[in-house]
Amino acid sequence: MPTNLTIADVERIAALAQLELTREEKELFTRQLADILAYAEQVQAIDTSGVPATAHVHDAQRTERDDVPRPCLPIADALANAPDADRQAGLFRVPRVIGG
Amino acid sequence: MSPVDATARSIRAEIAAGRVSAVDVCRASLDRITAVNPSLNAFNLVDPERALARARDVDRRHAAGEPLGPLAGVPIAIKDNMNVRGMPTTASSRILDHFVPPYDATVVRRLEDAGAVIVGKTNCDEFAMGSSNENSAFGPVRNPWALDRIPGGSSGGSAAAVAARCVPLALGSDTGGSIRQPAAFCGVVGLKPTYGRVSRYGLLAFASSLDQIGPFARTVADAALVLAALSGADPCDATTSDEPVPDFAGAMTGDIKGVRVGVPRAFVTEGVDGDVRRAFDAALDALRGAGATLVDVELPHAKYAIPVYYLVCTAEASSNLARYDGVKYGYRSPAAKDEGLKALYSRTRDEGFGPEVKRRIMLGTYVLSAGYYDAFYLKALQVRTLLRRDYEQAYEHVDVIAMPTSPTPPFRLGEKTGDPLQMYLADVFTVSANLAGLPGISVPCGFSGEGLPIGFQLMGRMFDEATLLRVADAYERSTDWHTRNPA
Repeated sequence: MPTNLTIADVERIAALAQLELTREEKELFTRQLADILAYAEQVQAIDTSGVPATAHVHDAQRTERDDVPRPCLPIADALANAPDADRQAGLFRVPRVIGG
Repeated sequence: MSPVDATARSIRAEIAAGRVSAVDVCRASLDRITAVNPSLNAFNLVDPERALARARDVDRRHAAGEPLGPLAGVPIAIKDNMNVRGMPTTASSRILDHFVPPYDATVVRRLEDAGAVIVGKTNCDEFAMGSSNENSAFGPVRNPWALDRIPGGSSGGSAAAVAARCVPLALGSDTGGSIRQPAAFCGVVGLKPTYGRVSRYGLLAFASSLDQIGPFARTVADAALVLAALSGADPCDATTSDEPVPDFAGAMTGDIKGVRVGVPRAFVTEGVDGDVRRAFDAALDALRGAGATLVDVELPHAKYAIPVYYLVCTAEASSNLARYDGVKYGYRSPAAKDEGLKALYSRTRDEGFGPEVKRRIMLGTYVLSAGYYDAFYLKALQVRTLLRRDYEQAYEHVDVIAMPTSPTPPFRLGEKTGDPLQMYLADVFTVSANLAGLPGISVPCGFSGEGLPIGFQLMGRMFDEATLLRVADAYERSTDWHTRNPA
């Protein structure tokens, strides 16, 4: 369980979170996350049998609307903040993913 | 006295009466910012040209006989995690370097429709993650009452800007106390509305089931004025509510005879500083003196609110912050240029995010990961239900619940930065309102022996900000704490 969180655990989590941590960060987080999780473990002693989860406080959601097309962000505006883009083609640019 | 020393209500009235112009008020606000911001670091960005143009527009409309909005000519500062079109949004993070939002947050549009004049963006903890404003890529904000103290967080810049009279109003966001706690620490009023009362469209998401935008002000009546302008359903945020928006100003009658104020005495015990306890007890006496009835209430699961909160908010944050990847906007690591997409993501995120944000993404990823989801995340959501039930049961007997906003007065810069868990524990009285979706307000209620501000908190029933404001305003009328100013 978390109180004996290892550097390998932290590396596994960092990979899932797409974070390339330095050696120092891994060591620091191993210690700090273990402390925080050990504290958070107190919730496991509470009897919650039959208790539903609250992911959200409003049970009834008014989420549906008519599917009517509306103006959206122009492509040029959407690309304006991109660190790298082919503005003429209207595309974000990233390093090659396939082949190469 | 500078025109910006007045309340928002009085500024608007003076402009309407033609005794002062919106441009004069705006200049006074900009001058005050220039004078005090070098020592406070409350603002990430000030935009005098844009502000003066808006103020001139208010004056021009007024001269043309057009009706004035409820916030006409009132300067306001916006926490730098909300979008103002054409003005950079940084969330006090490197990862949003050079990001200029192409749209306005709904709250920004509503404020400007009401005539408010946005002067700039305030410093905060990175992505609103923190209780001290020390997690900002642009350096900490300092408390106007004592420069060696933190202003609270995460909306520390907004609180400090209002306390230092740079602006009569500011917006903050509150995920676990990020409006109420800095309000208490800076000696101003801070209001977190009911979840769903105010649109989150254009607020950079931290924990979507907990985040809510609200005002800082120097009086309860000013906070009510802003709430009225912000409230109501928004087609751009499906979690906003259709609940009718009552007349908040009309609710503040000054009469709280027979109002039942719940006090969770068993919860408000350990770890509460002596000065905070004395100020809180005196506030309860004042409420009783104004005609309220004090009723003991039990909140048996409130002691679990901190672990539940840090399990839920980090899980949601780890998901929400996945979008910052160096592709669509913001910072991209130059080091990852030739190493493929995965390296681009992970280097960009390591270089772009600060330590607290990484810590929370890591914790949230862990509690959502296979093998730990049930034991941590699901369990936290179940205890969240138990906590909500505690409040529902308490509100069968009382109209509002009172407790200190923070267990201590503002602490020193650097005092808790080495121990994240100690920092988290400082949120003990504020996180419950977010987990249960309830409205809460922090009101100044005194000073510590060292002259540091202390606030107390009232929490109300869902969508009953009217009663909350009525009680808070009646309390404020019986005291003069809100009239004190930092040197």
